[in-house]
Amino acid sequence: MSEDVLYLDGISVSFGGFKALNDLSLVVETGEMRAIIGPNGAGKTTMMDIITGRTRPDKGIALFQGDIDLTRRDEAEIANLGIGRKFQKPTVFESHSVEDNLQLAQKAPRGPFATLLAKLSGAQRDAIDETLETIALTQDRDRMAGELSHGQKQWLEIGMLLMQQPELLLVDEPVAGMTDAETEQTADLLRGIAKTRSVVVVEHDMEFVRALGTKVSVLHEGSVLSEGPLDVVQNDEKVIEVYLGR
Amino acid sequence: MRFVTSHWIFSALLAAITIIVPVLNLAVPEGSALHIPTYAVSLFGKYLAFALLALAVDLIWGYCGILSLGHGAFFALGGYAMGMYLMRQIGDRGVYGNAELPDFMVFLNWQELPWYWYGFDNFFFAMAMVMLVPGLLAFIFGWFAFRSRVSGVYLSIITQAMTFALMLAFFRNDMGFGGNNGLTDFKELLGFDLRSQGMRAALFIASGGALLAGFLICRVIVTSKLGKILIGIRDAESRTRFLGYRVEHYKVFVFTVSAVMAGIAGALYVPQVGIINPGEFAPANSIEIVVWVALGGRGTLIGAIMGAVLVNMAKSYFTAAFPEIWLFALGGLFIAVTLFLPRGILGGISGSLNMLSARSRS
Repeated sequence: MSEDVLYLDGISVSFGGFKALNDLSLVVETGEMRAIIGPNGAGKTTMMDIITGRTRPDKGIALFQGDIDLTRRDEAEIANLGIGRKFQKPTVFESHSVEDNLQLAQKAPRGPFATLLAKLSGAQRDAIDETLETIALTQDRDRMAGELSHGQKQWLEIGMLLMQQPELLLVDEPVAGMTDAETEQTADLLRGIAKTRSVVVVEHDMEFVRALGTKVSVLHEGSVLSEGPLDVVQNDEKVIEVYLGR
Repeated sequence: MRFVTSHWIFSALLAAITIIVPVLNLAVPEGSALHIPTYAVSLFGKYLAFALLALAVDLIWGYCGILSLGHGAFFALGGYAMGMYLMRQIGDRGVYGNAELPDFMVFLNWQELPWYWYGFDNFFFAMAMVMLVPGLLAFIFGWFAFRSRVSGVYLSIITQAMTFALMLAFFRNDMGFGGNNGLTDFKELLGFDLRSQGMRAALFIASGGALLAGFLICRVIVTSKLGKILIGIRDAESRTRFLGYRVEHYKVFVFTVSAVMAGIAGALYVPQVGIINPGEFAPANSIEIVVWVALGGRGTLIGAIMGAVLVNMAKSYFTAAFPEIWLFALGGLFIAVTLFLPRGILGGISGSLNMLSARSRS
């Protein structure tokens, strides 16, 4: 079990009678990239909320790296364990510069007294430069994040995830609202990241999922409906039924 | 870059005022046009204390998005700690001539000093309490409020409730803080006559010095990485959380620092006006502080100081010249600034400067 970076078993959670997740089980191996697809309300975002500590499940097991129980920890603790999350709507610090956004995300002591006295070291500066290069924002390093285009904000947020040096990245709809060219670049970026880290991508865009070329899990009504390569999943009758209606 | 230099200019200006005003009061003869009368020194000293209070509110509201509508409570607690020391300095010169007990306790037929008055004979103990009592209250209050993730308007309401509850408590005679009348009739501070010209000048210097120190400390905080995280919390709290920062620790930290600054402001205010009573806890007072900061421009520090001084100068003028229209004038000013300068006076100025420089570049 130790090679599983993420292990979810029998997770259920309901909000006021609505079962957002219903006996969901999902295993992501270390170093794996996994795409999660599913219609609206299938429970994709709720699943992310459970993994990152925003929501507590009613029942079920959520383990990180084999033995770390995620259901007992809060957002900050889980982030520091090495799980990074990109939101559906790009969420960056709009009134900070691009560079400051990366600096705040950078892996470093997180307490108020440590940050009051923090000085940027040469190595940290280099790491920021490197990430700026990766997300193609070197030219824009001094611009306010709020001035960036939608696609650039998405990249900046992915860059912030990289600065955290997480073991597992959860990426919620990274290409929503992107142009085709941007979508392609984002797929490249994520494939590059997945070489060294585990990545879970939630996405609606089938072309993008195809470009990622990874194993796919289909969520429906709070549990996994089907799992496998995209071609297999797309020909699964249950999936066709869910996506095309009865 | 421009802001970096403007803050040094402002610091130098503040230091110059702190030195020049007492010199013009003490060293320039009374007939001279340059002479500043003693009453004006005290009046401006009071404005400086208010400016420090506004700075405290700007630190949490402007930079971390915590809208406290109860900061008057921390100010008043600092003021009461100073008032208690000043009461003990009266000694046997009170109306009843009782060396052991303040007048109001004699009047209430109390036989001995309550335990929480112990130690206030000592100036340094009292000054420690000026910082410790508001700081501790803010720490405990903040710990519970921020850990439970109370924020936004709910937090504002419970801070109002806090100051209101303290006001009711301090109104009670059996609390042992002078009830309705509060603490007054002070005579001396550190053995020097409070009404003397030299003491007035010294209090002005202390207020200016404390404001300058407070300003520089706030600058250090807001320009550090911690300050950037505070702004992050203000703009995108959950992003900060998911980056692994414990938002509640940051809020408790900055809330406590701010409350200590407010306490010091209260301690500087009380000897200059000669009284502290439960009216200082009134919810409306706390709201007024927020108006100063909003008028001056929140999230700028300098704006908060300017707002506090300008509004209080206007208040002094109006309450003397047209007492009945002061509140209307304040309300009108607030509405006008909200409509036409939503970022406050300073925010509006720097905004238009940026626009001008952007235009000249293009």
